[in-house]
Amino acid sequence: MEKVKQKDLILYSCLIILGLAAPYLFSAFKVQLTYLCVLIVLAMTWNLQGGEMGYNTFGNILFYGLGMYLTASVQVGMFFPLAEWTESGGEKTFVHTTAQYFQGIGVGLLVSAIVPAVIAGAIGYAILGLRGHYFAICTLGLGIAAGEIAGGIEIIGAGQGFTTPPFPAEIVDTEARGKFFYFLSFALLVGTFIFVKYIYGSRFRLILNAIRDNEDKAEAMGIQTMKYKIVGWMCSAFFCGLAGGIMGGLIGYIDSTDVAFDGREMGVFMVLMAILGGKGTLWGPVIGATLFHFFKEGLWTLILGWQYVALGVLIVVIVVYFPEGLMGWLREKYPERFGEVIDEKDRKAQVELK
Amino acid sequence: MDFLIFKAPMLMVQASLDGILLGILFALIAYGMALQWGVMNIINIAQGDLVILGGYIAYTIYLWGIHPAWGVIISPIIMFFVGWGLYKLVINKVVDRDLFISILATFGIAIVFQQLMNFIFGADVVVAQSEYGTTMLFDNSVTLPNSKIFSAFISVLYAVALVIYMKKSRLGRAIRATAQNARAAKILGVDTEKVYAATFGINAALCGIAGALISITLTLHPYVGLPYTVRSFMIVIVAGLGNLPAVAVSGMGLGLFEEFADYILGTEFRIGAVFLLLVLILVYRRFKLSKKREYLK
Repeated sequence: MEKVKQKDLILYSCLIILGLAAPYLFSAFKVQLTYLCVLIVLAMTWNLQGGEMGYNTFGNILFYGLGMYLTASVQVGMFFPLAEWTESGGEKTFVHTTAQYFQGIGVGLLVSAIVPAVIAGAIGYAILGLRGHYFAICTLGLGIAAGEIAGGIEIIGAGQGFTTPPFPAEIVDTEARGKFFYFLSFALLVGTFIFVKYIYGSRFRLILNAIRDNEDKAEAMGIQTMKYKIVGWMCSAFFCGLAGGIMGGLIGYIDSTDVAFDGREMGVFMVLMAILGGKGTLWGPVIGATLFHFFKEGLWTLILGWQYVALGVLIVVIVVYFPEGLMGWLREKYPERFGEVIDEKDRKAQVELK
Repeated sequence: MDFLIFKAPMLMVQASLDGILLGILFALIAYGMALQWGVMNIINIAQGDLVILGGYIAYTIYLWGIHPAWGVIISPIIMFFVGWGLYKLVINKVVDRDLFISILATFGIAIVFQQLMNFIFGADVVVAQSEYGTTMLFDNSVTLPNSKIFSAFISVLYAVALVIYMKKSRLGRAIRATAQNARAAKILGVDTEKVYAATFGINAALCGIAGALISITLTLHPYVGLPYTVRSFMIVIVAGLGNLPAVAVSGMGLGLFEEFADYILGTEFRIGAVFLLLVLILVYRRFKLSKKREYLK
């Protein structure tokens, strides 16, 4: 047992060192690496919902977009009138000083973590009472409705979009912006991973799994399922909001349906990445997101224009042929590595039954 | 917010008539949705994109110089085979699986369809001119495009024809038998695989008709499919599977809601209102059922 822990420790420290060194090693790919961190966070939090709790949601994009708008609004609104900022459409009538910028983004990220979590808690009681595909469709509706409504609200830029504050010009080092957002997202990734790993070792996960496997029985066993479902969703919302806030700052421009509440891209990506890696596993979403990101960045420039067709085909292929994902496939192949003991007699009996 | 509509009675008549005529069209799409959901237990997110594809077929024959109204005959025939092919290619692998798998798989199909339509027909908003003129009512204060009346009439015609077909024909009876109990139907010699393919084909054909009608009454764009899917889903969950009069009524209700939301909230919130209504209906039903300690199945 002690040995395994030591092995884990080496693995984690290697990964953290790699993560810290990455922007210096691959300094041309800092934006891509930031994307990767955010994608992994989104996949892991989706996995808490879809994989562990069995509530397949398309609605986490709601919190992501919300976090994006909130961070930017707070960052602007703390120092300047928000309406005038959006009206001028990013014309630099107002300029953040360095201190204002970092104060703003700090408070903004705090708000963008708390508010989505509170909203998830508030609507959770109503929405999480739905089950299975009704929940999926309802959250799909929620995400798209949020995008459409945000596209009609004047103060956050409506259809013409919202330009987030530019990185302070006083910092002369041109690399600083990329590094700042990379380390921010890497910190978020590490935080999320530790949190999810903690959940994986706790009773909370067992409860979520019980809800996934049979909610009625879980309820009959005396578990207050609704309470745990809401808490689970709030955890997802917390990290999705943060991820959105960071992405908003990185991209620099928020559009209601194409960047923030982007159900057609981000909303599907997070589901796809989790399924690709394997739902209901700790490492599945991490591996899935990494593979997906490499695939996307590597291939999409080759098939420019056809990337959405490729994405659609990829979804169909993954969902139809590999619903268990990579980890599920490995598990099938090497069950011993996952700590599963196979009773040879039992397996033979099952084969004969077929 | 704009409550002008409540001060002008003629505006209200206008919105109501528009809404009802539009709602009949929605009901036709929802009927297809209910059919495949009831028979195959599949939720098809690509439903709206099949509608738009049907519309583009009608638009194409319009570009060739044929009157777009012929699309209501040509489009369903082509779409039936599209649906059949789609079933053989993908859908047959998700029929007996978890519903979420069918949702995701059809979501993928929807993305492919959108993008292919974007390549083939371009990203412009297009409309096929039927040149049917307009009917003026109440001293010219209410204008009603004849194409809308035509589309409602055709929708009703096809719906009635399909109901009769489902009741009387051999395939119709096989479909209903499979919907009731697929296993028993199989034992009694129904080729369920064929029935499923035919059902999906009929659904696609219905979408084709609706699309052809939309091409002359509303506008077409490659990316507007999803609202049609959500509308039909909403109509089906309000009406229930296999309850045709209720599908028609709730379709018209949805049409009315949309027209009024359009006037009161403004056009920019129209689609948002539709999606929000879906959420509200689901939540309402969830609370109603939870009193009996049940949930939506």
